[in-house]
Amino acid sequence: MVHWSAEEKQLIAGVWGKVSVEECGAEALARLLIVYPWTQRFFSNFGNLSSPTAIIGNPKVRAHGKKVLTSFGDAIKNLDNLKGTYSKLSELHCDKLHVDPENFRLLGDILIIVLAAHFTKDFTPACQATWQKLVGVVAHALAHKYH
Amino acid sequence: MLTAEDKKLIQQVWGKLGGAEEEVGAEALWRMFCSYPPTKTYFPHFDLSQGSDQIRGHGKKVACALGNAIKNLDNLSQALSELSNLHAYNLRWGRGGCSGGANPRFALQFLAQCLQVVLATRLGKDYTPEVHSAVDKFMSAVASVLAEKYR
Repeated sequence: MVHWSAEEKQLIAGVWGKVSVEECGAEALARLLIVYPWTQRFFSNFGNLSSPTAIIGNPKVRAHGKKVLTSFGDAIKNLDNLKGTYSKLSELHCDKLHVDPENFRLLGDILIIVLAAHFTKDFTPACQATWQKLVGVVAHALAHKYH
Repeated sequence: MLTAEDKKLIQQVWGKLGGAEEEVGAEALWRMFCSYPPTKTYFPHFDLSQGSDQIRGHGKKVACALGNAIKNLDNLSQALSELSNLHAYNLRWGRGGCSGGANPRFALQFLAQCLQVVLATRLGKDYTPEVHSAVDKFMSAVASVLAEKYR
């Protein structure tokens, strides 16, 4: 089980409290599809993904981004049981969606960059370190049920 | 492969730092040590406390090297050739205080992430998805070149 110090929990809650899940989620997912274009293959029914502008404006990307980040919020509420929280989603991503878990790591890193651009200097090194740890354990929990 | 547009965006973004390149280099290193403590093992000979002269000095070197690479995006292999040799020897075998045994791709991806974070904190919304993509490709290319001489 992952241990979270009081300071880490504070740094997570502090940032999360100020995040717009819809905006941030949409931004993160759009960037994943733009920066790592091979990830578009998982979203072939999303319509127009032909350019960064198309991706950013795509309503399905926005909606799914919100869904992904809302789920991230569940992780934050259940820091002491991430594997349990993500058990079903892990199975889904493996058995139905066939997503390489490496992509969870990529999305996590992108989320950090989105937060950095949003919070600018308030996204301190300590803040980044805590969030890198968080995205790492979330990615690990999502990969846990792979077989 | 860096497109013409990527190259333009990279040069623009570096240009926006307005003389703060050395600070950016040092901050990227500091963030890397904070977020990825195992990377400290590459610098056993350094004072790794916040703001140390050695972190600032090395950050300045990193920034200069990146700045030079950015001026020579059409020939990264040549521009980074010396550094490639240096990292290949020092990081692989351990020399100049460095402990050696490093996997260059692995190590540099953490620095790349931290550099992106520093740039994003400084540029805010100007760190657009297109810029993000171009810088990501650039840092990937830098890591590849630096790893060329490893084996």
